[in-house]
Amino acid sequence: MKKLFSVFLSAIISFVPFIFAFAKESDDIDSLKGTKLYVYNWGEYISDGEDDSLDVNKAFTEKYGIEVIYNTFDNNESMYSKLKSGGISYDVVIPSDYMIERMIKENMLEKINFNNIPNFKYIPEKYRKLAYDPTGEYSVPYTVSFVGLIYNTKLVDEAPDSWLALWDEEYTNNILMFNNPRDAFAIAQSILGMDYNNESAPAWITAAALLKEQKIVNPVYVNDEVFLKMEAGEAALAPYFVGDFLSMQENNPDLDFVYPKEGVNYFVDAACILKGAKNKRAAELYINFLNEPEVAKANAEYICYGSPNEAVYNDPDYEYYQDELLYPEEGAFKTQIYTNLSPEILALQSTLWDDVKNYIPSGDSNLSLFLGGDSSGTTDEGEKMTSETRKYGLYIGIFVLLCLAYIIFRFARKQYREKV
Amino acid sequence: MRNQSALRSKLVSSPYILWAILFIIAPMIFVVYYSFTTASGDFTLDNIKFLSKYLPTFLRSIWFGIVATLICLLIAFPTSYIISQKSDKMQRTLILLVMLPMWMSFLIRTYSWMAILQDTGLINSFLIKIGIDPVHMINTGGAVILGMVYNFLPYMIMPIYSVMAKLDFSMIEACQDLGGNKINVIRRCIIPLSMPGIVSGITMVFVPSVSTFYISQKLGGGSFDLIGDVIERQFQQSYNYNLGASLSLVLMILILVCMAVMNRFSGDEGEMVI
Repeated sequence: MKKLFSVFLSAIISFVPFIFAFAKESDDIDSLKGTKLYVYNWGEYISDGEDDSLDVNKAFTEKYGIEVIYNTFDNNESMYSKLKSGGISYDVVIPSDYMIERMIKENMLEKINFNNIPNFKYIPEKYRKLAYDPTGEYSVPYTVSFVGLIYNTKLVDEAPDSWLALWDEEYTNNILMFNNPRDAFAIAQSILGMDYNNESAPAWITAAALLKEQKIVNPVYVNDEVFLKMEAGEAALAPYFVGDFLSMQENNPDLDFVYPKEGVNYFVDAACILKGAKNKRAAELYINFLNEPEVAKANAEYICYGSPNEAVYNDPDYEYYQDELLYPEEGAFKTQIYTNLSPEILALQSTLWDDVKNYIPSGDSNLSLFLGGDSSGTTDEGEKMTSETRKYGLYIGIFVLLCLAYIIFRFARKQYREKV
Repeated sequence: MRNQSALRSKLVSSPYILWAILFIIAPMIFVVYYSFTTASGDFTLDNIKFLSKYLPTFLRSIWFGIVATLICLLIAFPTSYIISQKSDKMQRTLILLVMLPMWMSFLIRTYSWMAILQDTGLINSFLIKIGIDPVHMINTGGAVILGMVYNFLPYMIMPIYSVMAKLDFSMIEACQDLGGNKINVIRRCIIPLSMPGIVSGITMVFVPSVSTFYISQKLGGGSFDLIGDVIERQFQQSYNYNLGASLSLVLMILILVCMAVMNRFSGDEGEMVI
């Protein structure tokens, strides 16, 4: 009896794979109904139904019955820190190029099954297998864009054509700057004609010295506040992403944009699937859905960043169809892409950035030192730093002394009174 | 019988003890552990050695904290006294008004100060309208201190008020009967009696002021760092938990020392007369 039962059971078990194999793909998708998909993306980086646009996540849920749990981050590094620290698991994540490279190296990403992403056909060859993902197995491009210089035509007389405008003392107190090391250093590196992905420490130190030099114009370091400040006409110049410039310009027509001649950063943000994704099939469905022409167009119009999707940028109805800024001619200006830096350079970059943030400039500009080509990168930082330290040290010292004197005075008085 | 009640009290306090171990003691141990290790987990003192670089930042934060605390104290003491002298109903309303801004997110409030203070902001556009030269306020140390005072003032008012509300009025009367004029009543009676509130108010304002990072980023324009900014950056951007932890450790020790000194100071207060 027992034997018969086990034979019966094994027969069933051996059939199971066949049953699944014969099941149609749609059943496969149906089985995902009611599951959850965890998506981690940049803030303001998906069409969310505002102003009659398409609500992408809602549309996805309606189509496939998969609930989308959507969270946002505001920079690659904080996203990386969160994922590394564990505790949360996402299925789909949309980081930038160099971060994807790092995550591939650290084995944080899962290979994508491109059979499940038929819409990958809309991504042209030039956006495939880029430097950060040379085998093209881990990522599907989501946006492509450039950094450039935004300026307020009311405050800037002559259109700038160089990053050096950000060092111009004429615009002191009126300059905004990236508040993250990678983008800030890239600007200095462009001016110095360096590679963004330089692996030599002295080069980074020189770039840091140039960034310290910028402190003379008292730049304000901003992230998202750039929108508020540029739209209000609070600042004359700001380096930022072209896509964001387009949305700022809608609110302040005085703004204009230029790609500085020294070259700019070209970046790709791409959708990836994380290692250990609990719902990989749904993640692929989602990535595929993002590349549906309609959805990709809605996203491209909402985010205002360039789209790597042919069906979008070749569509005459697309709001930014053949936009000169978003889709410039190839080779119109120098571009560089970020790649992953070695841990030593990353550590150096973060200490240098701390130095830059805390640097207090001396009165005179040493800018010519850099532009002359002979950039030894030595500034009199020690002296200035100590003078400020001394100032605050003195204040605190006086305060503590006053407190002490008061306590001693009271103590002495108490003694005296007791005696009397 | 006695044993049983001891056991019962242990059982009653166990959730708190568990909470304290999980969320207070364990994180502290992690902070100490990270401060003395490298990324790969080996013992090192480099993180601590590295700290000397951040001395200016520490000093700046402490100074800003001291200034903000003193201003808060100067505003909060009279305010609390005035509130405590009102009728019960009035007191409740006024305290509600003090608390009201705290119903909104701290981040939003700070962000809106940016819109108020900036060169094209509310204050300056008003000044321009009435024909006065605009004042540059945003992205200065003053704006950061203003942000601290604004955000942390309720933490100063609340403890001082709660002590003053319970103040035995007969003490004040006694003081007056003994011939004290107004200044003497305040100096020799009200201030010493409300000292516990003042001390806890000072710690409650000083600690968050020293460690804040959001206020300095938004209102200070990120052009100078406070120590909170550096710590935040180590965790958020550089992924250097070790340096971040050692900075936090020093900050924690510093704050503990300040609190110990303050407590010692206030302990004497009961016996001493100003």
